Amino acid sequence: MRFAVCVFPGSNCDYDTYYVIRDVLEKDVEFVDHRTRDLSRYDAVVIPGGFSYGDYLRPGALASRTPLAESIGEFAERGGLVLGICNGFQILTEIGLLPGALLTNLNMRFVCREVRIRVENNQTRLTKKLEKGDVLRIPVAHHDGRYYVPDDQLEEMERNGQIVFRYVDNPNGSVSDIAGVMNREGNVFGMMPHPERASEDLMGSHDGLMLWYSLISD
Amino acid sequence: MKRVRVLIRPKKGLLDPQGRAVKEMLEEQGFKVGNVVVGKMVELDLEDGEDVRSLVERFIVNPLIEDYEIEET
Repeated sequence: MRFAVCVFPGSNCDYDTYYVIRDVLEKDVEFVDHRTRDLSRYDAVVIPGGFSYGDYLRPGALASRTPLAESIGEFAERGGLVLGICNGFQILTEIGLLPGALLTNLNMRFVCREVRIRVENNQTRLTKKLEKGDVLRIPVAHHDGRYYVPDDQLEEMERNGQIVFRYVDNPNGSVSDIAGVMNREGNVFGMMPHPERASEDLMGSHDGLMLWYSLISD
Repeated sequence: MKRVRVLIRPKKGLLDPQGRAVKEMLEEQGFKVGNVVVGKMVELDLEDGEDVRSLVERFIVNPLIEDYEIEET
């Protein structure tokens, strides 16, 4: 299984993500930069955290209009597996591959700490190695992580099982405590917590590992 | 060339924490303040004939979370 890790100007979790895939999961992984137009040789695409284009205009807004974003759209259209973490999640909502948007945290502060998230749906390609209701300890680090989606759309997402994770202790004011979602087809995922920062005991938690293991299992 | 100004504000009904923070600061200073909205302004010099509305809606604003006005001078 071959992964691509997207690199935009201002991405800063790209190496952490690359490291976990290569050294912890022992899978093939390559960086692809913002000019990339073809992702067909990859099985999964990860959009890492950071501050692409300095968060100018809105977080993820400029990255979502690059050639790479267009290729991610085509890749997803063909059923390819896509995971956006933090800024990657923001980018996916700006591209329109995931519903909703990420707004500034309710308390206007950057929040950087470990949070607990609960698995709401374990019948997904990102959570199949977990049980529904499992609680994971994974860090967040963001200023704009308040998930927002209009009520009617939220109900629809709920019905379709698109709410993948909820915060146990909501750190940012997200609607309905949402920490991670997927698209209707179940191949595009976005989450604010950073599983790549919780993938070895050395990091204080390895709870993120089960997400990676889910992704790479058949 | 024409100059186009796009005024962007948080969508009506969405909580605007920046506006709220500014309002609270002003109230602490003794001002009697109603609602405060903090948004942003994008100024563009465009060739005549460019489709301003489509450019703004596709690339400048996110209509799910933002309202906007276009001023052409």
